[in-house]
Amino acid sequence: MSLARHWRLRDQRYRLEGTACDDCGTIQFPPRPLCPNCRSRTLSPHPLDGRGQLISYTVLYQAPAGFEAQIPYAVGIVELGEGPRLTAMLTDVDLDALQIGMSLEMTIRKLRSDGDDGVIQYGYKFRPVQFEGA
Amino acid sequence: MKELAIIGIGQTPVGEHWAVGLRDLATEAIWAALDDAGLDGADALFVGNMLSGEMAQQAHLGALIADHAALAGIEAVKVEAACGAAAAALRQAVLAVGSGAAEVAVAVGVEKLTEQPPADTTAALAMAADGDYELPMGLSFVGVGALLMQRYLYEHRVPKEAFARFPIQAHDNAQHNPHAMFRSPITAQQYADAKMIASPINLLDSSPIADGAAAVVVTTAERARRLSDRAVRLLACEVGTDTVALHDRADLLWLKGVERSTKKALARAGKRHEEIDLFELHDAFSVIAALSLESAGFAERGCGLCHAQRGDFGRGGRLPIATMGGLKARGHPVGATGLYQVVEATLQLRGEAPEPLQIPDARVAMAQNIGGSGATVVTTILERMEG
Amino acid sequence: MNRATADVALMRPELPVGIVGYGAYIPRYRIRAEAISRVWHGDQDGGAPIAQKSVPGPDEDVITMSIEAAANALRRSGVAARDVRAVWVGSESHPYAVKPTGTIVAEALGIANATLAADLEFACKAGTEAMQAATALVGSGMAPYALAIGMDTAQGRPGDALEQSAAAGGAAFLMGAGDEAIALLEGAYSFVSDTPDFWRRADQPYPSHGHRFTGEPAYFTHIIGAARALMGAMGLTPSDFSAAIFHQPNSKYPRRVAKQLGFTAAQIAEGLLAPEIGNCYAGSSPLGLARVLDKAQPGDRILIVSFGSGAGSDALVYHVTDRIDDARRRAPSTDDYLARKQFVDYATYARWRGKIR
Repeated sequence: MSLARHWRLRDQRYRLEGTACDDCGTIQFPPRPLCPNCRSRTLSPHPLDGRGQLISYTVLYQAPAGFEAQIPYAVGIVELGEGPRLTAMLTDVDLDALQIGMSLEMTIRKLRSDGDDGVIQYGYKFRPVQFEGA
Repeated sequence: MKELAIIGIGQTPVGEHWAVGLRDLATEAIWAALDDAGLDGADALFVGNMLSGEMAQQAHLGALIADHAALAGIEAVKVEAACGAAAAALRQAVLAVGSGAAEVAVAVGVEKLTEQPPADTTAALAMAADGDYELPMGLSFVGVGALLMQRYLYEHRVPKEAFARFPIQAHDNAQHNPHAMFRSPITAQQYADAKMIASPINLLDSSPIADGAAAVVVTTAERARRLSDRAVRLLACEVGTDTVALHDRADLLWLKGVERSTKKALARAGKRHEEIDLFELHDAFSVIAALSLESAGFAERGCGLCHAQRGDFGRGGRLPIATMGGLKARGHPVGATGLYQVVEATLQLRGEAPEPLQIPDARVAMAQNIGGSGATVVTTILERMEG
Repeated sequence: MNRATADVALMRPELPVGIVGYGAYIPRYRIRAEAISRVWHGDQDGGAPIAQKSVPGPDEDVITMSIEAAANALRRSGVAARDVRAVWVGSESHPYAVKPTGTIVAEALGIANATLAADLEFACKAGTEAMQAATALVGSGMAPYALAIGMDTAQGRPGDALEQSAAAGGAAFLMGAGDEAIALLEGAYSFVSDTPDFWRRADQPYPSHGHRFTGEPAYFTHIIGAARALMGAMGLTPSDFSAAIFHQPNSKYPRRVAKQLGFTAAQIAEGLLAPEIGNCYAGSSPLGLARVLDKAQPGDRILIVSFGSGAGSDALVYHVTDRIDDARRRAPSTDDYLARKQFVDYATYARWRGKIR
């Protein structure tokens, strides 16, 4: 597991930092060097607020190496309120209660750990909105 | 661009080749193709492969395989485009011969997925997806297909059982293909009872992990006419792309890479959809079969399954698919698959498909190889060469 | 005890300091006490003073839970993350032995980089220790805001009595200037001694303890010592308080110590969470304080006394201000977390908590 790779992605993994195009206003996650909409090269960091909606999901019963201990677990595509979509593990949810369209919120959880003596990777996951209005 | 033809084909059986390594598998397919063409060499070798580094700790496949096949000295490179690697290698052969840079080029796809434990293979295959934003979230490659299938079930309101049609038909065909991995039929009940891998994808929605190699020899149509009476014309081999990460697509159920690649290939070949007699599609998962048919324009959006139910895509239908078993039942040695498809389409056009798989009067065939969940799509159109 | 305690002056910062934001966090999962005792002791009726305990999800630890609680505290305060100049996390279950919890929490909340960050360890007192330190940093004028977190995912050896209670949860407190406080610190007092009632050696997964030795010479001596000294120095008696929170390793000890100090059952009721969720160690008394603040009225006076094995107690007195009403609405309450619960069986709990090797 690359230490540098996870480390350089921490703004995204911890705080959903995307970009907003200074020219056309489009918001991207993950951050982009060029706006995919207008090819502008002037984009500014833009943190996303972590609320979204479930677009699709799957429950995995066979996992890639590093995730076997978590089986079964759910992964979904989430559309954020600001527009961008991302892929995230779904947590604090009953696997049989998953529904396309359900409202979700970001939380930071352990993504995986590199054995008993390696680093622990933390990053965004999504869960059903816990307390409406709070 | 010169007019091109395929003058030789070769394939190894698809399966678990415990006793054979990458270089031997590839060499077997290369020489089967060269022997079939009646040639004793080539000017260039393009090796399609996805995972030699992860599975066999082997990079540098081009020179390695050229040397092992006793072709040392010729131009040889590996081409990688995830599960689309083999057809992408064919594209390089097309560019090489079409441009006049080479007279004869061999494209070989080779993959050995049985070298490592299953979890490592699963992790390696997942590399077809986005390594920064999909894989760290625990997504597997089957998981990517499952996200598509779940959305398909939701948006198109079809029952899950309807997908059974694709694997049942694939297995039905594969039992007659001597190179296929699974040579026994399956039933709707077996599909309904199959173990879940990544919901809603079960074991029988998914193509199997396998080893294999397939190769074709490409030369100019002019030279082909002189050399062989079994050549087929290679009308088009065109690449279209889309985002690697599924979440970056606004419409999950439209494979833009498929649409782009198909349109380019049809235009290059000067053919219309109705002129395609058979379609070797990329049924890595049953949902990809449906999405390929729709995005390529052979069924309306959301109607891939209803056409399949009507028998449109069966052996006697208007557009037979996966005629030798497809990825599902012939097997899916990822970086070799695209050339298995082209080899099978060539057999059909030559009239050499095993009975009862031969499509009567097949004149034009399309093969479509997909890398990832549709990020790289290579569409090849072949035509029988008339006397 | 070789020092007279009552004559030692109380601790109070140079500048007025108080809690400007607080936040609780309790994981979603619970295991019933009977599900644990059945495995190790067979079916028995009664005797379990704790109905169930909280269990962290398989992807939770002190770092992720601290982020949740601290995000609630920041939300309540309205303070910008970059104005926070210290992140101190008290816990006995930091995920790393070497590599701070605090930096990850600081980075995740957008507090980094201009901040202090460190982890504190003092068994179940590490959370209030962090509160004392954060108070001092703000009170000395070194920082406008400092974050103190008490959080644990406590482990008990399978079959040990501790396993019935060792739970997960905690709270975060953002300390700031007195005029912004929802609860102003009136005074504090800390009391420690070398008392080997409970310990965990480096590299050991589960703690060991002195059974009944954890009671009188440890829990009761230190809590009573700290509470009496503080009330004495401030000239207060139990009747001056609307609520009191004592460390809660079980349901019995906090009730008994309250009685010995002269507090009524009603005064400790709101802050007593052990019967519902077990012992959250460094998060235990801070979580009790969070629940009391959820219900507090302006003018209320609150006493919190922690206890950490090894051993020591921090006692703090807060005076609730009229800013409380506005602040508490901005984040989920402790009751929201108490109500959110999903029970798991012992097998699931054992898998998640790494008890199967």
